[in-house]
Amino acid sequence: MPKVLGLTGNEAVAYATKQSDVDVVAAYPITPQTIMVELFSEYVANGEVHAEYVCVESEHSAMSACVGASLTGARVMTATSSQGLALMHEMLYIASGLRCPIVMGVANRALSAPINIHGDHSDMMASRDCGWIQIYAENAQEAYDWVIQAFRIAEDPDILLPVAVNLDGFILSHCVEGVTVLEDETVKGFLPHRKARYTLDPGKPLTMGALVLPDYYYEFKVQQEDAIRRAAERIRETNRDYEEVAGRRYGILDLFGMEDAEAAVVCLGSTAGTARDVARALRGEGRRVGVIKPWVYRPFPAREIVEAAGSLKALAVLDRACSFGAPYGPLCSDVASALKQHRRDLPVLNYVYGLGGRDIRPSEIRSVFDETLRAAETGVVEEPLRFLGVRE
Amino acid sequence: MVKLKDLPEEELLASGHRLCAGCGASIALRMALKVARGPTVVTNATGCLEVSTAIYPYTSWRLPWVHVAFENAAAVASGIEAAYKAMARRGAWGQKVDIIAVAGDGGTFDIGIQALSGAMERGSDFLYICYDNEAYMNTGIQRSGATPHGAATTTSPAGTRIPGKPEWKKDLIGICAAHGIPYAATASPAYWNDYMTKVQKGLAAEGPAVIHILSPCPTGWRCDSAESIRLARLAVQTRYWPLYEVEAGTYRLNMRVPKPQPVEEFLKPQGRFRHLFTPEFKHELEAIQRSVDENWGRIQRLCGETT
Repeated sequence: MPKVLGLTGNEAVAYATKQSDVDVVAAYPITPQTIMVELFSEYVANGEVHAEYVCVESEHSAMSACVGASLTGARVMTATSSQGLALMHEMLYIASGLRCPIVMGVANRALSAPINIHGDHSDMMASRDCGWIQIYAENAQEAYDWVIQAFRIAEDPDILLPVAVNLDGFILSHCVEGVTVLEDETVKGFLPHRKARYTLDPGKPLTMGALVLPDYYYEFKVQQEDAIRRAAERIRETNRDYEEVAGRRYGILDLFGMEDAEAAVVCLGSTAGTARDVARALRGEGRRVGVIKPWVYRPFPAREIVEAAGSLKALAVLDRACSFGAPYGPLCSDVASALKQHRRDLPVLNYVYGLGGRDIRPSEIRSVFDETLRAAETGVVEEPLRFLGVRE
Repeated sequence: MVKLKDLPEEELLASGHRLCAGCGASIALRMALKVARGPTVVTNATGCLEVSTAIYPYTSWRLPWVHVAFENAAAVASGIEAAYKAMARRGAWGQKVDIIAVAGDGGTFDIGIQALSGAMERGSDFLYICYDNEAYMNTGIQRSGATPHGAATTTSPAGTRIPGKPEWKKDLIGICAAHGIPYAATASPAYWNDYMTKVQKGLAAEGPAVIHILSPCPTGWRCDSAESIRLARLAVQTRYWPLYEVEAGTYRLNMRVPKPQPVEEFLKPQGRFRHLFTPEFKHELEAIQRSVDENWGRIQRLCGETT
C-alpha cells in the first residue's frame, strides 16, 4: 500500500530532504519558506537524521556554508525565498561555478519594493542566469518527487551543478495536499550517499576557488555551460529511473492536449493546474487547446517546446514575473527565442500575471485561450505583452 | 611556548607566490602553518593573500585550500565543519581536521563582520586569522574600518582640509571577545613566538578563536620593504599594537612595554602618515598619541595590570 501523507509543499520538501539522507542543511528563515527548515531542524533536534543543521545569520552565509560543506564532499540542502534568494545572488553563481551539487527549495515570492510576502516568480527569474538547474513544481507531490530526483541529478559526476526546486509561495508552500511518499529504503536505493571525487581532504590537498585570469576563465565557463546542457539528458534518465521506483512519470515538459492543439498556454508551477482545468473544459466544447508546463526551466527546453508546438497556430506564455523594460516577460523571452532559433514562426502572446500573489482565475485563463485561438485564426497579435488581472 | 628547533622544515605555504616583498600576510600564514597540529584546511577570503597564492593553474598551498568570496570566510568554515561532522556520523570521515579561516581587515572588519559574528555566535570550531594591513590593499589602498586615524589612503587622502582618515579604528578583539568565544588575541609578526603560541592555543580551543595580527604592507604603508618586521616591532614598542589575549573571558597582557617609544617612531617611516609631520597637523599627531595612551590604559585595566 502506498503511504499517503497530508503535507504542505514546504513539509513535502522537508520530508524528501530527510529521506534523501542529507549531511548538511544551512538555512535562514524567510516567509514563505520557513517551514521547510523548521521541520528539518525538528528532525535534527529529535535525532531522526544524522545531518548537521547550520543556523546561519543570513542567506548569504547560508549559501556560503552550503558551498563549504559541498566542497568538503557532503550532501547539502538549503531553502529560501524572495529577498533571501536576492541576498544569495552572489553565492548562487559561486555555487554553480565551483560545481557544488547543492539542492535548494525555493518557495517563490515577490521581490521588494513594495514589500510583499506572496507568491510570484520574480525571485527565481532574477537569478535565472545563475547557472543552476531550475525545476518548477506544480503541487506538493511534484515538489517531493523533484527534491529526491534533484540530489541525483546534481551529484551526477558528469553534471555537478546545483538544483533549485521551485514551488509557488503559499499556493504550494502552505497548502496541505495528499502526498504519496516512498519508503525510506526505496529512496536509499534510488539515492545512495554522495561519493564526491574532489573534496577538501588533507590526504589529497587540492586548491579550490583559485583566481582564474583571461587565459583560462573562459574555458571554465564554457565547461559549465556544457554541463548544464548535458543535464537535460541526465534529468530524463533520472526521471526514467524514478518512475521505476515511484511509479510517477516526470520529464522536461508536462504536456496536455498538445497532440492536436491549435492554441496553447505555456506556464510554470501551480498555474498549470488551473490552465489544464480550463483547457479540459474548452476541449469538451470542441476547441483544440493545450498546455505546456516546463518542469525544467534551466537548461531551457527550447527544442522540446518547439517540438511540442508542432500543431500550434498560436501560443500564449504566462509570466509570473516582470522583466522591466524588456520586450516580454522572462519565460516568454525564452520561448520566443526558442521558436526563432528553430525557425518556427508563430503568433506569440505574452501575459504577465499574478504579481505579489494576485490570484489568477479560470475565467482569466479562458480569456487567454480565447485570444490565442483568435490569433491562431487571424495570425494577428495586437498587443504582444499584456498584464492579466491588473486593476486599471 | 614554541621551540624553534621543533618547527618543521616543511613549508605548507610554498615560496614562489606573488605577494609583494615584505608582505606581512605571507609571513603570518607561513608561521601559522608551521604550528599546524595535524590535518588542516584553510579557507581564504578574497584579498591579497588569495589572489597572490592561487593563480590558476598554480597554487602555493600544500594543504586543502578553498576560496569562495570576500565576506564569507567564516560562514564557509562553518559549512566545512558541519560537513566533516555529519560525514563522520555516517562513517564517511574518520579524522579530526583543523579549520583555519583567513581574511584581511576589509574581509573581517567591514564586509565580513556579519559572517564572522554569526560563526562566533554559533560556536563554530575554527581559528580565524585576520591579517590586518589596515586598508583595502588588494584594490589599491582604500580605507577600511581598520585603517588608523590620520592615515592617507586613496579614499581617505591627505587633503588640505581633511588630513587622512578622520575616523578611528574599530576594536576587533573587543567585538570578538563580546561574543564570549574561548580565545581571542592580537599578534605581531615581529614576535614570532608569541604569535605561534597563540596559533597553537587558537587551534586547541574548542570553538571559535580569533587572532588579529598586524600585517605590514610596504605598498600601502609606503615604506621600504625591508622595514616590515621593524615596523611590526615598533608598533608593539610604541604601544600602538598591544599584544594581549582573551582566554575564556580573561584578558592577559602578553608584552609589557615599560619604556614605550613615542608613537611617532612607528608613524614616521610610513608615507601614509607623512602629511601629519607638518606644523599644521601637529595636533593630529598629539591626538594619535593620546589615543594610544588611552587604549593602552584600557587594555592594562582589562588585563588587571596595575601600572
